[in-house]
Amino acid sequence: MTPPALHWRPATELAAGLDAGDLTSVELTEAIIRRCDDVEPHIAAFLQRTDERALTGAAAADARRARGEALTPWDGIPVAYKDIFVTRDVPTTAGSRILERWVPPYDATVVERCSAAGMPLFGKTNLDQFAMGSSTEHSGFHPSRNPWDPARVPGGSSGGSAALVAAGAVPWAWGTDTGGSVRQPAALCGIVGAKPTYGLVSRYGMVAFASSLDQAGPLTRSVEDAAALLSTAAGHDPRDSTSIRDGAPNLLEGLGEGIAGKRIGVVEEFGGEGSQPGVRARVDDAYGRLERLGAVLEEVSLPSFEHAIPAYYLIAPAEASSNLARYDGVRYGPRRVATDIVAMNSKTRADGFGAEVKRRIMIGTYALSAGYYDAYYGKAQKVRTLIVEDLKRAFQRVDLIVCPTSPTTAFKLGERTADPLSMYLSDVYTVPVNLAGVPAMSVPCGTSPDDGLPVGLQIIAPVLDERSMFQAAYAFEQDLGWAESDEGRPNL
Amino acid sequence: MGIDRAAVDHVARLARLALDDDERDRMRAELDDILGHAGRIQALDLDGVEPTLHPLPLVNASRPDEITPSLSQSDALRSAPEAEDGRFRVPRIIEDA
Amino acid sequence: MSVAPPHTLETTIGLEIHVELATASKMFCGCKVAFGGEPNTRTCPVCLGLPGSLPVVNERAIEYTTRIGVAFNCSIAKRSLFARKNYFYPDMPKNYQITQYELPLATQGHLTLDGESGAVSVGVTRVHLEEDTGGSLHVGGSGRIADSEYSLEDYNRAGTPLVEIVTEPDLHTAEQARLFVAELRAIVEALGVSDVRMEEGSLRVDANISVRRAGEVEHGAKVEVKNMNSIRSVGRALEHEEERQRKALEAGETLVQETRHFDEKTGTTSSLRTKEYAFDYRYFPEPDLVPFEAADEWVEALRASQPELPAERRVRWKQTYGLPPGDVAVLASSKATAAWFEAAALAYGGDAKKIVNWIIADLFGLLNEAGIDLTECKIAPAQLAGLVGLVDDGAISGKQAKEVLGHMFKTGDDAAEVVQDKGLEQESDTAVLDAVVEEVIAENPEAADKVRAGQLNTIGFLVGRVMRKTGGSANPKLVTELLRTKLAG
Repeated sequence: MTPPALHWRPATELAAGLDAGDLTSVELTEAIIRRCDDVEPHIAAFLQRTDERALTGAAAADARRARGEALTPWDGIPVAYKDIFVTRDVPTTAGSRILERWVPPYDATVVERCSAAGMPLFGKTNLDQFAMGSSTEHSGFHPSRNPWDPARVPGGSSGGSAALVAAGAVPWAWGTDTGGSVRQPAALCGIVGAKPTYGLVSRYGMVAFASSLDQAGPLTRSVEDAAALLSTAAGHDPRDSTSIRDGAPNLLEGLGEGIAGKRIGVVEEFGGEGSQPGVRARVDDAYGRLERLGAVLEEVSLPSFEHAIPAYYLIAPAEASSNLARYDGVRYGPRRVATDIVAMNSKTRADGFGAEVKRRIMIGTYALSAGYYDAYYGKAQKVRTLIVEDLKRAFQRVDLIVCPTSPTTAFKLGERTADPLSMYLSDVYTVPVNLAGVPAMSVPCGTSPDDGLPVGLQIIAPVLDERSMFQAAYAFEQDLGWAESDEGRPNL
Repeated sequence: MGIDRAAVDHVARLARLALDDDERDRMRAELDDILGHAGRIQALDLDGVEPTLHPLPLVNASRPDEITPSLSQSDALRSAPEAEDGRFRVPRIIEDA
Repeated sequence: MSVAPPHTLETTIGLEIHVELATASKMFCGCKVAFGGEPNTRTCPVCLGLPGSLPVVNERAIEYTTRIGVAFNCSIAKRSLFARKNYFYPDMPKNYQITQYELPLATQGHLTLDGESGAVSVGVTRVHLEEDTGGSLHVGGSGRIADSEYSLEDYNRAGTPLVEIVTEPDLHTAEQARLFVAELRAIVEALGVSDVRMEEGSLRVDANISVRRAGEVEHGAKVEVKNMNSIRSVGRALEHEEERQRKALEAGETLVQETRHFDEKTGTTSSLRTKEYAFDYRYFPEPDLVPFEAADEWVEALRASQPELPAERRVRWKQTYGLPPGDVAVLASSKATAAWFEAAALAYGGDAKKIVNWIIADLFGLLNEAGIDLTECKIAPAQLAGLVGLVDDGAISGKQAKEVLGHMFKTGDDAAEVVQDKGLEQESDTAVLDAVVEEVIAENPEAADKVRAGQLNTIGFLVGRVMRKTGGSANPKLVTELLRTKLAG
């Protein structure tokens, strides 16, 4: 078997090549640029490319490495960002026309930390505007497409990042996950996507959707890469009051320890008809594989999870309605001309926001408005407590919990846009995780026998136990061997 | 409880969204649908359950009272749709009505 | 409707007071807190509300607010929360204000006022911390918002820590309200947590005032009065408003709930908004911040380190210096005045009442004329003590001392220097004075005879003649003695 082309190799392997002098960062960046040129017409994953800037960064990294002053093993490996991360001097849109032409005067903490590690910024990727959506069809600019089948969505909202990584165009990319926006596109594109514990990664400089749920997460082709990228950006940030107080764990340490003897819970309520048969088949295979790897599987009951979607679709829009109030045409973004401030604000917002964003602003405003707070938002925050408690109880018995990441494989563009509620209901497996703040990740478990599209296994861990989660994902990935095989790469 | 047009109008005004008639009709139906689903949790008896504001029980995150550099006036105004004399210009301010 | 006779009406006033804290940096970011300056030069991603930015609480603002709460005898919350108050306004970069709603830092306090009609206890409902807005400049028309063509926004002030203090409706006269604000200002100033300059907006007062017929359970229509820009105008505005409502009720009119604007020039209020707009602020806990938990030891440490507050000072001054309440009230009205007086009294060492008289009767007059306040005065407290000492020693007369004070006020020189420079020392040489006294007796035989006949009050007239002849330099005590001896019956 010939080794895969440069652009298909995982970042950890590229790092070894850079370190050994087999490869320069400029060569790597040029290879990535060529690959992006090839695939971008099919997947439309970028909102903005920064090739020149990446090449300049790559040359600087090569110079450092030549002097023996490489900043980290990842110095010179480019990284792409969902266009919800604020980047100094590089326009940032959050996928919405309402932020068109906004040039931020500062960098997000995630960007700052990855830049400090030497990773050149390689473009800003497409998303559902303000991360509201599960398909990237709600981008204010254009939809992105799934490299496995360009007629299908890459998932969302971090669909651009997922499509690029899955297409072998960039080694790794950042996404954000408020209700599944890293894990679901990872599953639909056949790659790894992790949502860490709420507070592990700073939210400073991430354009806010729902503040108490948003978390940044890596999208990569290997578990090891995800561990490396996450470890680079994680840890306390004094600029984010909700960030954990401790430093970053190095998740690469002990990654290969295996899962022998680990107790893994299978969610009783998620069995049965909830998922497509092909998804169920693959996930059942995955459970069997985990057992063969020495894990002990048992059923856990999480009765409150059935209330997660209603709670989520009250809390997230409520917070969003407030977070998105600042887009009013006064300080940045485009403005619609009007004779008074109320008309100017209202027209600017009506034209700048997409339908999905407006819908959620309306829901959230309603849920917070006088007379409804207790019935909607207040109640939803209590449901959240039930979910937290259910998970705590479950984690007294098991170390990890597994379930499908998404009930379906990638769906066709336009298939679900007409019915927002059905789109919301498809977040059933991912949303409870954000409400509870626990970490979870999606690892590929092969393709569905029904349609040949990738299926993701979701692994959920207790608060701040990313290490166990990554160990299990790594053991599973290595044993399956799918990602590194030709089978694990879309034919694009 | 059903969402009527008056509720849609009220919420659109609070949210400063100029919706046309079609959008209002569509929004009314969708809100009714979505809030109808979300409203199921209203039936739950959650007396005595504390709300969860944050996944992690963090408290007392603060910073020392120290001055850090500000943006220059030109950086502050860089993306302003309209500026005058170092300030952001806005059309006539009126009360919500 | 029957017309109520005037004596059956009663007034209820509640105050809502905002105090800008004098922290070094803003409430949620590191931008400098200052007044004025070039527009939009003290902003950053956080206080400009740029996408992705997050607030972080200034710990000193929490401390200052807690100190205010302690000073108003509040109960300090073990756990407090910030909330978002959502409404659109272009001076507010995020279109929500981070404030406190449920669980403010301090609640259920009170303050006792010593008013003309006895002590009044005023409940303090809550003391909470929030962020200030930016400032709008209205262009075109008269410069007021109503007829302007457009507005310009400056966010230098946006995010300045702001404390809101809300009272119970326990005040019943305009004078009580004025007194409350004056006392509040003195307390906050003594705490050193704010500049409390009403003219710069670091102390802002809004009042709710209603008049009802005595015995009615329901309060009358609540009128909110805004734009009271000095402590004096708080009194004036509320007096006017009380009178307006009283007259309206007496005339059988029905009052409406409204917001009224006080006009400093005319001393009257005018309606700003007649119908109370149904605000729907959609408060919810601020998800970008975490709760604040005040440890008991921390609160106790703050309590123990509170500076002396005006009320305590008043008691001490009464005990130490035996000053009457009126003088105490004047001197304790500001931290600077109080400190100045205490320094002068200490340097003097004698009867503090003398120092008080000089400050209130003379120094304040000079300050008023010059239009400056005590902090800008060239005379140091010890220099005033020196001047009073010269009078005590008989080196100069009281009248001369006033002249000396005038010079000191201009130059900042010591009293002794001024006396010397101007040759003002009193003539106390008996030989010199003797000749002048003889002259005066000769020139005023009638008066001299009266004194000889026992009409001792006429002696003053003769003393005055001597003083005039000596250009005021004669020691009046000595002159009196000489006259008495010479005219002794």
